[in-house]
Amino acid sequence: MSTLVGKLQIDKTIDARGMACPGPLMNLIGAIRQGQVGQVFEVLSSDEGSKTDIPAWLAKARHDLVEVVQDNGYTHFVVRKAR
Amino acid sequence: MTQEMAMSITIAMSLDLKGLSCPMPIIKTAKAMKQLAPGQLLEAFATDPGSVPDFKAWAQTTGNPLVESSQEGGVFRFVLRKKEI
Amino acid sequence: MVDDHEKPLSLVMFSGTDDKLTAAAVLAVGAAVMGRPVNLFLQYYALDAFRAGRVNADHALSPEATVSQAPLIRAHKGQHWSELLKQAKDVGEVNIQACALSMDMFGIGREDLDPIVDGIEGVAAFMASASDGQVVFI
Repeated sequence: MSTLVGKLQIDKTIDARGMACPGPLMNLIGAIRQGQVGQVFEVLSSDEGSKTDIPAWLAKARHDLVEVVQDNGYTHFVVRKAR
Repeated sequence: MTQEMAMSITIAMSLDLKGLSCPMPIIKTAKAMKQLAPGQLLEAFATDPGSVPDFKAWAQTTGNPLVESSQEGGVFRFVLRKKEI
Repeated sequence: MVDDHEKPLSLVMFSGTDDKLTAAAVLAVGAAVMGRPVNLFLQYYALDAFRAGRVNADHALSPEATVSQAPLIRAHKGQHWSELLKQAKDVGEVNIQACALSMDMFGIGREDLDPIVDGIEGVAAFMASASDGQVVFI
């Protein structure tokens, strides 16, 4: 299971499991847009594309990728809105 | 004759690309050039007319001088020098 | 500062017919020999053509091919598009990625893909790889 999730305050969890690419990324983008700087979001995604899409978008948009944890059939992406 | 002079006129590799059509001549040449040391010459024979502008463009873009581009009958001969580092 | 000739060429491979796949492979070769990184993003019908064991199957020709052109295309002694791509990989930087959405849509798993495919990615990652180069849709 995730190592930081228990210790870090997650402000919002986005359960995008079952959604096809690029759905999970779009949901994350929406949440970040509406959120405050410093807030931490957790996205749950079963989509393979998220593994490359989310880090790529975060690098471009300059937000923090805090942690990526593999779970059973899905991945946790913990992200912080940096600006 | 010094070693430098000898290297500048000796063909290190000769490719027979006759009968191959685009993009085979240029890709085989690009691959072969990787094996050459700086300053060495590669000679290629091709029959594809498209190879004339291709070799010229490739030489210019990659910086490996095309020291000769000639034709005899229906066969084109190209000589390329591997660029210095 | 990146020279024009070093900017990536990124091909969105949508069509799955042999003629279009060959045309795309030739472009990939051209960019690779010129020292430009090449990215291929396999979607829809192109993705299907890159399935393990199906690469060398007959993928038909686009409807544009006329009755007189089709046999010429089939008889031409040029290399197969998969062979051209292998050569392009040998000579330059060629990255072939399968579109996650299309994988999902057609129920294709990682293990179903031919080894020439380097991985699976989403569209944002593809756009990142395309950076300041050109994107071509085939």
